[in-house]
Amino acid sequence: MACNSGNCQSGCYKDSSIETQESEKNKAQNDVVKDRRSTEHLDDSTCLKCKVNRTIAAVNGVGGDFNGGDNGRFCADCFRSNLFGKFRLAVTANAMISPLDNVLVAFSGGTCSRVALQFIHEMQSRAQKNYDASRDRALPVFGVGVAFIDETAISAVSSDDLHRAIEQMKLIVSDLAPPVKQFHVVPTEAIYSLKAGDGKDRLNELINAVSDVTGKEDLLEHFRMLSLQKIAIENGYTKVLLGTCTSRIACHVLEATVKGRGYSLAADIQYVDARWKIPVVLPLRDCPIHELNMLCSLDSLMTVEVFNGTRAGINGLISSFVKLLQEENPSRESTIMRTAGKLTPFHFNRMPEDNDYNGEVASRRRQKKYNLKTKDALPPESFCPICNSPLKISTFETSINFDNGKTSSNAIGAACCASCQFQVLPKDPSSLEHFISLLPPSMVSQAEDGDRLSQKQLREQIEDCLLSDNEDGT
Amino acid sequence: MSELNRRHNYGLDLFLLSVDEGITGYRDDSLETVKRNEIQYGLPLKVVSYSKLYGWTMDEIVKLIGLKSSCTFCGVFRRQALDRGAALLKVDKLITGHNADDIAETVLLNILRGDIARLSRCTSIITGEDGPIPRCKPFKYTYEKEIVMYAYFKKLDYFSTECIYSPNAYRGFAREFIQDLERMRPRAILDIIKSGEDFRISTSTKMPKQGTCERCGYISSQKWCKACVLLEGLNRGLPKLGIGRSRGGSIANVTRIWNKRMEHRVYKASSVEVWTSEFSCSCINHCMQLNEGLLSDDRCNRWFGTAKRRALIRSSTLINHLCSLLYL
Repeated sequence: MACNSGNCQSGCYKDSSIETQESEKNKAQNDVVKDRRSTEHLDDSTCLKCKVNRTIAAVNGVGGDFNGGDNGRFCADCFRSNLFGKFRLAVTANAMISPLDNVLVAFSGGTCSRVALQFIHEMQSRAQKNYDASRDRALPVFGVGVAFIDETAISAVSSDDLHRAIEQMKLIVSDLAPPVKQFHVVPTEAIYSLKAGDGKDRLNELINAVSDVTGKEDLLEHFRMLSLQKIAIENGYTKVLLGTCTSRIACHVLEATVKGRGYSLAADIQYVDARWKIPVVLPLRDCPIHELNMLCSLDSLMTVEVFNGTRAGINGLISSFVKLLQEENPSRESTIMRTAGKLTPFHFNRMPEDNDYNGEVASRRRQKKYNLKTKDALPPESFCPICNSPLKISTFETSINFDNGKTSSNAIGAACCASCQFQVLPKDPSSLEHFISLLPPSMVSQAEDGDRLSQKQLREQIEDCLLSDNEDGT
Repeated sequence: MSELNRRHNYGLDLFLLSVDEGITGYRDDSLETVKRNEIQYGLPLKVVSYSKLYGWTMDEIVKLIGLKSSCTFCGVFRRQALDRGAALLKVDKLITGHNADDIAETVLLNILRGDIARLSRCTSIITGEDGPIPRCKPFKYTYEKEIVMYAYFKKLDYFSTECIYSPNAYRGFAREFIQDLERMRPRAILDIIKSGEDFRISTSTKMPKQGTCERCGYISSQKWCKACVLLEGLNRGLPKLGIGRSRGGSIANVTRIWNKRMEHRVYKASSVEVWTSEFSCSCINHCMQLNEGLLSDDRCNRWFGTAKRRALIRSSTLINHLCSLLYL
């Protein structure tokens, strides 16, 4: 009912003396308030978490809602601990790293990979301190290595600039010790496992054969992953850590959507991607770029810009679009990622089961969340030889090669996803064979393995209908 | 449809159904075209208008609420208007002219807005099959440009001006992006639709439970259908009612009108002037619960402390008016 001052017992209408008594009573009840400024003086410039220090936005003299909010909510310390907390939660909740692991951090010199490197170093340092302090030293400390992919073969960067950048990166990595981290600088053409000049020529010929600008960019991204996998395998790493952040994932969601890759999108954006020989982990998945930029600024983390980050074609259009959306609503990137996060992941989007207890617990938790069956219950996925994206059943069934001999170029082309067939493979069928011959051996062998697997599955399905050698009378 | 019906003897009875939203300079002109189509094709025409169904035209609504959320009102009202018109005509199926560009925009919008439930349904070529009148979109894979070209070269009588309120729609972002995308890669529109069809969305994703509106009987997953909630807001002079995220009953809906952006406005509702000042909607919610005796004074103190308490006191004049509005 409407409130009348005389009859209301809700206390809406109070004179100032009663209000003062209540505020004093409030202060006395709350021990924490005694040690802090009274709630009367709380305003937008005080950290929400510690309620003591001034927010970053207040210190820097910008608006509270600058770039999406945390600057206006937290002080520098709480901001840092919040961001690190997200990283650590991602690592522990998904059993990304076990004590026996050797983790390879992909380092481009940019903000995201710099922060990823910093955080993994902090985790490693803490683990090392615990190890040194413990009596039995039962739990070893995971190892960390850093890899930079040198793309000068396909990008217009002078050797002086590259050399300078690499020296800066070496300095960054060497400063992050102890524990000491090995730094690998590997050119893209190393995926061919040929002599340096031959690999470079073949790579250039292949890239020039791709007419679509977006296709070129995507192919280079696939090569980056192949390079990382190669470094990890050859140097005994067990995990590859990428600095992919929320903003990058938001762009990837839209890129995959407009390229017709809706089926495989869920595979690319999870915390763990174990379809590769060396599983790939994304612990910065929940961190938007502006928070990472802020951290680099607060902690003066050195970043190195080597290759021009401007994206071309459809990828560039989408970057601009997402930037526009973000300006209109600072939480748009998070919403996009959250939407895509509701897609059902694949069975390889969890850490492969091992004897590690933590891995099992995290694995069971995610299985339950997504109603994932165990690996054995599901048929193995078929993958595109170029981008390694999982193919929908209807796609790979029609691409099975029925020739008994070596997998033909046509078969490899047919085994690719629709997006790669359009934007990477040549339009002219007569050029296909030459194009396939230029692909790195790992891509071709994957196509052949996939073909053999498809034939094996098909054979298993029709096993009962096949005549055995004894029955046909010959 | 009439050409296919004639050529292939489908044996269908076709009707034209038009919705008059009451947009001067747009709908009044397009209805003239529809009336000519009625004669040209010899198909019976039914026009359902917002003013008759709801007592409001879009022009009146925009005058009240401004340009920002006008598409929310129009879209909700149109959906119901189409269903009601189709029911009056006693038809078995409703066909809409949604084309590939529209569906691609909808897929993108649902991604941008986080609506996974709609994302799973929006690419279906037939929807509402478990309802009384399913809807079909035969132009699902046809580009808007193709349709325009067909209409132009076949010299069809059509109306091609955009709604005058559309520049302010959020869909405009997606539309502009898709136009740029189409220039770069024309097949991208179909690729977006394909992606929408292929998204791995769990069948156990929480879908709304279908019921009926207590007020008008239309299908609804809530107590009241969205059209009734919006209408209630309009009729009470509370146009933000039902706009944005709102859960719970009428009290929560009313309180969410004044959001944390701290607007200073003067409302005239039922000839009562209500003056609002700075406060948070959670404050108001709790204050209203205080009024109803649902929240103790002491608890309110603990939750809000002195600073917010002042806000409660300042806004208590508002609470009086809000209560009188709700309980009149």
